[in-house]
Amino acid sequence: MSTQLNLTHTLFHGHHWRIEIDTLSIAWVTLDRADGSSNILNQSVLEELGELLPVLEKERPVGAIFRSGKKGGFIAGADIKEFNHFASVAQARDRIRSVRPLFCQLEALPFPTVAQISGFCLGGGLELALCCRFRVAEDSPATRLGLPEVKLGIHPGFGGTYRLPQLIGDLKALSLMLTGKTLSARQAKKIGLVDWLVPGRHLNRTALALIQKNPPPHQPPWIDRLPGLSPLRSVVAYFLRKKIEQKAPKVHYPAPHRIIDLWQESRFLSPRDALDQEIDSIAHLFMGNTSHNLIRLFHLGDRMKRLGKGGNNPTQRLHVIGAGVMGGDIAAWCAWKGLTVTLQDTQEEMIAGSLQRARKLFKRKTRDRRRIQAAMDRLIPDMKGYGVAKADVVIEAIFENLSAKQTLLSVLEPQLKHGAILASNTSSICLEEMAQPLQHPERLIGIHFFNPVALMPLIEIVVGKQSSQEAIQIGCSFATAIGRSPLPVKSGPGFLINRILMPYLFEGIQLVTEGVAPKEVDRAAQQFGMPMGPLALVDVVGLDICLSVARILNPNQSQPLPPLLETLVAQGHLGKKSGQGFYTYPGGKKAASRLKANRALPEDGSHRLFGALLNEAVACLSEGVVEDAALLDAGVVFGTGYAPFRGGPLQTIAQSTKELWLERLHQLQTAHGDRFTPHPGWETLNLPVPATFEESDNEHKNIRHHPPVAGQHPTGLIPGAH
Amino acid sequence: MNRPTHTQGHPSQRPVYVVDGSRTPFLTTRGRANPFSATDLAVAAGRPLLLRQPFEADALDEVILGCVIPAPDEVNIARVASLRLGCGPKTPAWTVQRNCASGMQALDTAVRNIQGGHAGLILAGGVDAMSRAPLQWRPELVEWMVNWRLTHGFFAKMRALSKLSPRYLRPVITLLKGLTDPTVGLSMGQTAEELAHRFDISRQAMDSFALESQNRLKQAQEEGLFEEEITPLFSPLGPVISQDQGLHPNSQMAKLAKLKPVFDRPTGLLTAGNSAQITDGACWLLLASQQMVEQWNLKPLGRISPASWAGLDPSQMGLGPAHAISELLLKENLPLEEVAYWEINEAFAAQVIACTEAMASPDYCQQALTGRTEPLGTIPRERLNVDGGAISLGHPVGASGARIVLHLLHTLRRKQAKRGVAALCIGGGQGGAMLAEAL
Repeated sequence: MSTQLNLTHTLFHGHHWRIEIDTLSIAWVTLDRADGSSNILNQSVLEELGELLPVLEKERPVGAIFRSGKKGGFIAGADIKEFNHFASVAQARDRIRSVRPLFCQLEALPFPTVAQISGFCLGGGLELALCCRFRVAEDSPATRLGLPEVKLGIHPGFGGTYRLPQLIGDLKALSLMLTGKTLSARQAKKIGLVDWLVPGRHLNRTALALIQKNPPPHQPPWIDRLPGLSPLRSVVAYFLRKKIEQKAPKVHYPAPHRIIDLWQESRFLSPRDALDQEIDSIAHLFMGNTSHNLIRLFHLGDRMKRLGKGGNNPTQRLHVIGAGVMGGDIAAWCAWKGLTVTLQDTQEEMIAGSLQRARKLFKRKTRDRRRIQAAMDRLIPDMKGYGVAKADVVIEAIFENLSAKQTLLSVLEPQLKHGAILASNTSSICLEEMAQPLQHPERLIGIHFFNPVALMPLIEIVVGKQSSQEAIQIGCSFATAIGRSPLPVKSGPGFLINRILMPYLFEGIQLVTEGVAPKEVDRAAQQFGMPMGPLALVDVVGLDICLSVARILNPNQSQPLPPLLETLVAQGHLGKKSGQGFYTYPGGKKAASRLKANRALPEDGSHRLFGALLNEAVACLSEGVVEDAALLDAGVVFGTGYAPFRGGPLQTIAQSTKELWLERLHQLQTAHGDRFTPHPGWETLNLPVPATFEESDNEHKNIRHHPPVAGQHPTGLIPGAH
Repeated sequence: MNRPTHTQGHPSQRPVYVVDGSRTPFLTTRGRANPFSATDLAVAAGRPLLLRQPFEADALDEVILGCVIPAPDEVNIARVASLRLGCGPKTPAWTVQRNCASGMQALDTAVRNIQGGHAGLILAGGVDAMSRAPLQWRPELVEWMVNWRLTHGFFAKMRALSKLSPRYLRPVITLLKGLTDPTVGLSMGQTAEELAHRFDISRQAMDSFALESQNRLKQAQEEGLFEEEITPLFSPLGPVISQDQGLHPNSQMAKLAKLKPVFDRPTGLLTAGNSAQITDGACWLLLASQQMVEQWNLKPLGRISPASWAGLDPSQMGLGPAHAISELLLKENLPLEEVAYWEINEAFAAQVIACTEAMASPDYCQQALTGRTEPLGTIPRERLNVDGGAISLGHPVGASGARIVLHLLHTLRRKQAKRGVAALCIGGGQGGAMLAEAL
């Protein structure tokens, strides 16, 4: 903000806020939170706002411009940490209600007010901006506006559900709040959320001009106000509910449904009552398990990102060997995130295919041709492997063969520059064995990506016995550098994610073997909250891949592989890629299964699926595959899409009690055999007992709900998963 | 900054090394624009070249690129390519233009800058995407459009409309404009027809020269002789291109003889078969001073010297190489026989043949060349364009000058020969020649 302001004196100087008056008698109100690098609306900041507003009101400047003293953004939202401390609905309600008069006072100031937005303007921050008469935003990729509360299982609580529809129209506002999507400055301008959009160099001048011109505040055009008219409002609400129910069933995710309720009811309420309703509703949501679990996951995601902080040398250059689907997609994603990537393969067609897929990905990500070109320029085909000597991280993603990998690694090792690490994307080969021929085996770690790379937010950082702490640190910071959450896991068959998934997938296959329709099995899983059922997932992953992973997980065949899986693979039915697996895929779209079904899903069907999964999760925890229960939960949610609102497998156990699941396992063991024998880890399993909350609204318990459509990942609701 | 702090000897004695080089395959146009812009080609050729060096791209002191027809959005194409190659904002980059010798001009300038102690490491080369040469509106149409805008009222507009002749709508093909000499009004092909007439070169001699060019390229490709110099191109449309596309592997005299004349219809001698092909391509060379070679422990391919340039009658443009070679050999005090290998750019078969005849002709040498009383001598065909030339692999105008120098250096190394000369003719009546030496 280099435009010189002619400030004459400081009217108010608190810890966080200050008011300066310029020669035109315009008040420049700056928030520069004292104890942090970004602006958030915590209690102390809000209390000071309460002191500041009367000063401003008394001074009667020509206008007031609210801006941020931080480089990173305007206001990133309310303080999520404070959300955990509410003991009761009443307490939550009182805390949030104390903010309402402040925002109303700001809204009612008798002179023009401008929110000057650059960088993040999210949640409570945007709600504050909504109370200003005008909003001017910097036209920059860093500017993001939105109300993402729904991703934490709550909704806006500082008047956003009421004020936003009035500003930009009903449907636009609802869509913003229901999806929790954030908008770029240009998108925000388009829907009327910001009044003027200018480059950073004109921000101050523009805010001044708005005050001096003081045009009438933005109003949504009549067509956007139409759905809010009383005869239409309930019809619109009905269809919205129906649509939302498909993606986020009310029993699992109450918040979006409450947003629609609030909008529908606000029509007949005074502003004050509407705001009260909102506060009451969010206070209830805070006490529900869903928001508790989603907020916990949000913090865990933060914790995982922090694992990647602290390395002194950020990863800048990556060399990938093997331009197959995984290798190519890893290279493309990393180039997109700003690394210089060299991609090596012996077959030029493989590289060509990877570049094609990369271009498609970039085109999906942006319409800006220059950004696509820059990313393509960073992604360098490198048949001869020139990139190895300059790379900070070298990842091999060649076919799964121990001796081939050993040979490759020992050829690579002497070419590495000082401080660089070697990594394998293997999902099945033992890291320690791979490291054997190396001079410096401590340089080798596993970096295990999930397919599709561009969508899956988790990376397993596989720690071999020989891996050094430095190598692990570099691996974690590499993951963070490409916008992914690193999860350090112990080297061992299947690591964490595949190992936990496999018994669940097999149980699904077992049910189909017993004559249950795949659709029935998948529906049970989706009702539990999985984004996609086990059989649909096997089809997407590939039956052959599942079979080979199964063989690795279970080398001595202590448990027989499902014969049905072997038969299908032998017949060439490999899943979606071959056009048929458990379902058929005419034209690439999922259609009915050809497998004969002769019985309905047994009553214990769902318990069988998730008993198997939870038992394996307990086994992983007790064997120390991950550091602690919280990381295991976060890993499984981010890595598999495991019902986020349940907070992860161990959280599921904790919340419905360990005893209940143990008893279920014992019953299953009696009925179906030893694969359900509880792992000895259950005895020592000591999960922190989560605070038991009152159910936010018992009325939705009995509502029949539609399972989410397979393939529509509700990970949109996972914080940080976008 | 790599600027040498101390330089020894007279500038002309300071060696300039070619450390490495890389080019794209040359792409034929077949009438349609290729999916690569000229900058795309330059970036594709330059990335692996810089990647395999021990220094980072921003260690370069300068980037110089020859280009005849950069697109309107890449006017200083060297700078665009330099930035996209990651050479960083602080590395200056500029574009040079001397028609068909633009690539050689870039090398020449780089050599002189290194010799003069102004730079230590320079990326120099040439590029052109001829398939993307734009079509233009005719001046008559532009004039008409201005009038249309200034006319008001229905009847006036109608009158203006009646003046729009369909002829105005025929676009100007800028590529053809560029290939026509504006002072003598001859197309490049017509200047070569002039030479064929003057030196009495038969259609058969041209066709057999062209066939030999095709055969040599074919054999060189089969032997993998371009492996070190070509970087495969990954097309956004899918296929990987790893060889020059101009090769017609089934060329035969009979087929060449059937082709119709293209420049002087109906009885001219020059055809599409015995002329250079219109192509797209890029070629870079990395040049370094002695000090840089030592500092980075580089393993150079060879050395090059500043180019010799000569001018002549524009209608005799194709003889440019003879004049430039004559000057070069005089300057270096070298008899022709001491040069082991020759690359004379094959703009037209007739023009290369005319050059060799002119250099062997006592009359021509005495009358037309400065400082010659004796003929220069005969260049044996087996030492000239040993792996094919522009007739078979194409002539992206800006890039050819750099390509022949790079290929000459590889040839010298492979044949363990000492010295070679690369030369080309330049539209407008000039010639350029450059001496390359193995280490």
